[in-house]
Amino acid sequence: MEERVAVRKTCKLFIDGRFPRSESGRTFGYVSDDGSVSVQMSQASRKDLRMAVRAARRALPGWKGRSGYNRGQILYRIAEMIEDRAETFIGQLALGAPIGSARREVSEAIDLLIWYAGWCDKYQQVIGSMNPVAGPYFNISTPEPVGVVGVISPDQPALLGLVGALAPVMVGGNVAVLLASFSRPITAVAFAEAVATADVPPGAVNILTGSSAELAHWLAGHMDVNALDLSGVSSEFSTGLEEAASHNLKRIGRWDVPGRNPYRIAAFTEIKTVWHPKGR
Amino acid sequence: MGNRHPVPESEGNFPLWEYQESRENPGLASVRDRYGLWIDGKEVEPLTGKWFPSIEPATEDHLAMVAEAGAADVDRAVKSARAAAGDWAARPASDRAKLLFRIARLIQERSRELAVLDTRDGGKPIREARDVDLPLVAAHFFYHAGWADKLEYAFAGVEPRPLGVVGQVIPWNFPLLMAAWKIAPALATGNTVVLKPAETTPLSAMRLAELTADAGLPPGVLNVITGAGRTGADLVGHRGVDKVAFTGSTEVGKQIRRRLAGAGKSLTLELGGKGAHIVFEDAPMDQAVEGVVNGIFFNQGQVCCAGSRLLVQESVATEFVERLRRRLATLRVGDPLDKNTDVGAINSAAQLEKITGLVESGRKEGALIYQPACRLPDRGYWFPPTLFTEVSQSHRIAQEEIFGPVLSILTFRTPAEAVDRANNTPYGLASGVWTSKGSRILWMADRLASGVVWANTYNQFDPASPFGGVKESGFGREGGRHGLAAYLRGVG
Repeated sequence: MEERVAVRKTCKLFIDGRFPRSESGRTFGYVSDDGSVSVQMSQASRKDLRMAVRAARRALPGWKGRSGYNRGQILYRIAEMIEDRAETFIGQLALGAPIGSARREVSEAIDLLIWYAGWCDKYQQVIGSMNPVAGPYFNISTPEPVGVVGVISPDQPALLGLVGALAPVMVGGNVAVLLASFSRPITAVAFAEAVATADVPPGAVNILTGSSAELAHWLAGHMDVNALDLSGVSSEFSTGLEEAASHNLKRIGRWDVPGRNPYRIAAFTEIKTVWHPKGR
Repeated sequence: MGNRHPVPESEGNFPLWEYQESRENPGLASVRDRYGLWIDGKEVEPLTGKWFPSIEPATEDHLAMVAEAGAADVDRAVKSARAAAGDWAARPASDRAKLLFRIARLIQERSRELAVLDTRDGGKPIREARDVDLPLVAAHFFYHAGWADKLEYAFAGVEPRPLGVVGQVIPWNFPLLMAAWKIAPALATGNTVVLKPAETTPLSAMRLAELTADAGLPPGVLNVITGAGRTGADLVGHRGVDKVAFTGSTEVGKQIRRRLAGAGKSLTLELGGKGAHIVFEDAPMDQAVEGVVNGIFFNQGQVCCAGSRLLVQESVATEFVERLRRRLATLRVGDPLDKNTDVGAINSAAQLEKITGLVESGRKEGALIYQPACRLPDRGYWFPPTLFTEVSQSHRIAQEEIFGPVLSILTFRTPAEAVDRANNTPYGLASGVWTSKGSRILWMADRLASGVVWANTYNQFDPASPFGGVKESGFGREGGRHGLAAYLRGVG
C-alpha cells in the first residue's frame, strides 16, 4: 500500500493578523531534536520587525480600548484554540522530549492562559487606588498599558515560556511584538495560528521567527517600542539590549520562571494619577 | 532688599500703598563654613581632600564649603550602608516606623530653620519653602513611617523584602523634599541609603542627616555624600549598590540606564517633562489663570512637572493671554527671603545660562516674547517671568525642557487636537486640564500620555499620591502604596 503524500505546512511570520513570508525572502532550516521533522522557517528581517511594530502601534488604541471583560474573553478563547489543537502542540513538543512532559506543558500553558484571562477585569482594582490625600481632592490612580511591548520568548519551555510572557502583556492592554524561540520555532507558528482564530484584533499580537540574536537588537533599539520582556535572554546577551533600550528608556521586565504572577501584569502598566478638587 | 517692582497703581495713578518687604530672618539657619560627608553616623573629612563652594544664588556669595566625595569616599559610604543593612532589615518593623516618626517630628520642629536653609542655598521663595516644601517633607516621613510595619498588607501574596543598599541621586529644585521622597520609602521598607544631593544645594540634606542621628537612626542606615556629577556616577556605578533611584534630567537618566545595562540592579528614574496645561473655552477663567501661573512660575519654573506649555482653545486664546499678562505684571520677583516674593532666584549661573539660551532660540525661531516690566536685583541669578506666543510645535521652546519661568503658548480647536499636541513630546510626566465639563476631563485624562493629570488644579503633591512619568520622563512611582514597589523585591 502506498503511503499518502502529506500536505506540509509552510511556516510563516504573523504580522498584523496575516501570515506573510519575510519580505527579505530569507528562510532558515529547523530540524527537530529527534531529527524526524525538518522544515524551512521564515527568517524575519529588520524590516519585518519594523512592520510588526507599526502594526502593533496601530492596534494599540483598539486593544487597550476594549473592556477588561472583552480582553478576558479573547484570552480565554486563545486557550480554547490551544486546547482544540492540543495534539498538534503535544506532537511538536514531544519531538525530542518525553510525551508526558509535552502533555504537561500544554496543559499548564492552557491553564496559565485561563488564569491570566480572569485577571483582565480585576488587576485594575488590585493595582489601582483611591488616594487619601490631605486636601479637598478626588485623587485616583489607575493602571494603563505601557504600549508596544517587545517580548523575547524563552527558548524553552517553548509553549509555556511564550504563553507566560505574552499573556500578562496582553492582560494589561498592551500590544506585542514577540520574537519566537530560535531553536524551537514551530510551536510559535502553531501558537500564532491559534491567536489568529481567537478574535485577537490584527496587529495586537505579532510573532516573528528567525534569529532572535539578530532581531532582538533592533527591537531593543526601536524608538516606538515602549517596553521589553527579556525573560528569554541570557545575561551576557542582555547587556547590549539594555544599552539599546536606554535610548527611549524602555521599561524592562525579566522573570526566571513562567508562573502565575500578577506583578508581571503590573510591570507592563503605567500608573496614572488624576487629581480634581472637590467643591460645591 | 528694596522695592523690586512697580507698585500697583489705582485708576487715578495714585499709589495704593508703599511696598514694604517682610524678610525672613536668615539667622534662623546657622550655616557652617564647611560641611564634610555624612558616613556611618558621623561627619567625616573627604578622602579627596577637596572642597567646593555652595553659592547663594540670590547674592552669588559663597555660603559654605562642601566636601567633594571621590570614588574612595563613595566606597566608604556604600560599605557603611552595607554593614548596616542586615541589622536594619532584621530589626522589628515597628522600630523602623518609630524612628521615622521621630524624624518627621524633628523636621516639623526645625521647619523654619530648614526652610531658610533651602531658600538661601537654592534661591526658592521662602513662602514656597515654608508652605510647600517643608510641610511635604514632614508629611513624607510621617506617611512612610506608618507603612514600615504594615508592608505585608501592601502587596498581596508577596513577603516584603528590602533590596539592600540603595544609591539615590537628587536634584536641586526641591533639595530637602527630594531627599524626603527618596529616603523615607527606602528606610521604611528596610533598605539602607547612600544619598547624593545636588552640588548646588547640599546643605539641607547634611542638616537632615544630623537630625536623623538626633532621632536615633543607627549609624550607616543613612549616608549623605556630596559632590557633582562624577560623584553621582561613582555612586550609581558602585558594585555594592543594589538599587539606584535618580531624579534629574532625562539626559543623565539615559546615561544611568546605559551605565547599569547588564548590572542586574533595580532602577527607578524620575526625569524631565514638558507639561501641557490645556485650557478649554468653558474653563473657570480666573482659576485657570491662577493655575497656569502657579504651574509655570512655582519655584521659578524649575520643576520637572512644570506646566511649561499652555494649550489654550482658540476661541478664548486672546482673552486668556491678556489675563495672563495682567497677572504676570503683579508677580513679585526678587529676594527669596522676602515673604512676599513670588518668583525667586534661578538656582545657578549654569541654569540661568541654559534658560537664557533657550529663550534666545524662541526669539530666533519666530515666537513672540512678553516679559513684564520688573527690575531685577543687580547681583544674583535672575530671570523674569516670560511668555511666548505664536509658538509652533516644532520650536525648541515647545519641545525641550527649559526648567525656568518661561511659558510657551500654543492654541487648539478640538479636544482631539489638544490631546495630539499635548502628547507631542518625548516626555510624559504631568499635564493639566481646565474645563467645567466633567465628561471631558475624564476623556482627556484617559488620553493624555502622562503619569499625573491635574484637572482644574495643578502642582498638587501628597505623600499618599503616586507621582512619576511615562515615556522619557522615566519609570517608577514615588508616593503612595505604588512608591513602595520601587524598594521591595519582586513587586517592582
